[in-house]
Amino acid sequence: MIHAIEFLEEKARNIRYSIIKQIECAQSGHPGGSLSAVEILTALYFEIMNIDPKDPRNANRDRFVLSKGHAAPLLYAVLAERGFFSKEELPSFRKINSKLQGHPDMKNIKGVDMSTGSLGQGFSAAHGMALAGKLDHKEYHVFTLLGDGELEEGLIWETAMAAGHYKTDNLIAIIDHNQLQIDGYIKEVLNPEPIKDKFKAFGWHVIELEDGHNIEKIVDTLHRAKEYQGKPVVIIAETIKGKGISYMENQCGWHGKAPNKEEAKKAYEELGGIK
Amino acid sequence: MTEKMATRDAYGKALVKLGKENQNIVVLDADLSKSTKTANFQEKFPERFFNMGIAEQNLMGTAAGFAAAGKIPFASSFAIFATGRAFEIIRNSICYPKLNVKIAATHAGLSVGEDGATHQAIEDLSIMRSLPNMTVLCPADGVETQAAVEAAASYCGPVYIRLGRAAVPTLFDKNYKFEIGKAVPMAQGKDATIIAVGMMVSEAIKAKEILQTEGILVGVLNMPTIKPIDKEAIIQAAKETGAIVTVEEHSIIGGLGSAVAEVLVEHQLVPLERVGVMDTFGESGKPDELLKKYGLTAENIVQKVKKAINRK
Repeated sequence: MIHAIEFLEEKARNIRYSIIKQIECAQSGHPGGSLSAVEILTALYFEIMNIDPKDPRNANRDRFVLSKGHAAPLLYAVLAERGFFSKEELPSFRKINSKLQGHPDMKNIKGVDMSTGSLGQGFSAAHGMALAGKLDHKEYHVFTLLGDGELEEGLIWETAMAAGHYKTDNLIAIIDHNQLQIDGYIKEVLNPEPIKDKFKAFGWHVIELEDGHNIEKIVDTLHRAKEYQGKPVVIIAETIKGKGISYMENQCGWHGKAPNKEEAKKAYEELGGIK
Repeated sequence: MTEKMATRDAYGKALVKLGKENQNIVVLDADLSKSTKTANFQEKFPERFFNMGIAEQNLMGTAAGFAAAGKIPFASSFAIFATGRAFEIIRNSICYPKLNVKIAATHAGLSVGEDGATHQAIEDLSIMRSLPNMTVLCPADGVETQAAVEAAASYCGPVYIRLGRAAVPTLFDKNYKFEIGKAVPMAQGKDATIIAVGMMVSEAIKAKEILQTEGILVGVLNMPTIKPIDKEAIIQAAKETGAIVTVEEHSIIGGLGSAVAEVLVEHQLVPLERVGVMDTFGESGKPDELLKKYGLTAENIVQKVKKAINRK
């Protein structure tokens, strides 16, 4: 590990705080699926990825594609925390004339490697980037975060089939397996399980991560995924939707709803008070 | 006596030339490489060719990823699948981030022939033209296709190139220079101007010759760029000849006819008649039989020109 675990946990706390702040300011946005992947993105951006905020378009950098683009407040919070842009920009999220669009826009935000928002499409684009890297014999990896509900999109399986066929082993997908989508439990809406067996059948190496909020274990798993050769790798990370804010945890009602002033205040208190 | 070549064949040749000149060119197809002629590229540069299988959404999404990583991807399929099946990926993953993806779609229009309505894209120009950041090209012959493909590769941003299955007469010589956004005058006239696109340009020239024998002098304007459309050329033709007829192997809704109508209504209102597929699906048949049945003939153009002139 490059950083002490306490340092990373503090980053994760700051990122959670920024997520709530953005959504509270906008009175719009998606807290549940942003909070569920805080530790995963913290691990990626502070421990795993070869990136430089001062040189965000470097051709040899690792890439990250937020295929579940509605978790934009998470990505913005992480990029700001990592120094790609000022944290002062965060309150402009979802407001008129802001760079911080409701879903990530690669043209206007430093550090965003692909515009996403329509589910399934980021995964496909991430695979294209990975193929380009292999063609040019570059060392970079492409990481992409998928929602578990997102697996219901047909394009996911077109991409899974192609990456399995091309053995695109510089592509690492992480599934934020928080079990919930807008209309309820994924198992009840349209069950994508068994996810592990499906990806195996499509030619992927599957790694199961029991606790998607344990940064140390996430970092270890991502290192193993990077080392794996011969197949694309998918990490199925067990997470909790709304993680870290008691009243949001495991509630599909907090998929795409903003907290009011009282609720936001309670959230900040739970995160250890306003800094 | 006239030499003939399908625009898809010209595309295949152009790709091979581009592949030699530029290492950044990659080509993607969706299990139609022998029909779209991307197989020509595959044969020469197998490492830069990616068959995505029968999966057009992923064809376009992968192309977007290649472009985001600095490549110049050409993605090909039949026009119906490229623009229809994959529409929203083209919109959100290619046009919104203005990625440098070239979509070269073959087998557009009724001249697909026997495969019938399911395979005859008659709305592709319309839907591609509606997308911000998209440039829309539809060359008239093999020479113009090669030039258009090269121009598309040199331009940075999304481009849709509409190509056909059937062999069409060669209109231009090898010195022809293509410029995105510029109309190409094929004949001067004074009574009306026929503005045509794609394989209908040669039919427009035939119509002009028929009208000439009756003493009616019409100009012919080839409009290989549907977007951005050459407004100045349309306004000038309207001012000089006072009547316009558009001709396209496409629905009269949303394609060339609509684009020209928009310019005329805003800048220079003159009588306009549109020749195209009249808001109906095609059917199986030989290309010539289909073009005749659906009114995409010199004879029908002649009638529409006379009608437009009478409305002056």
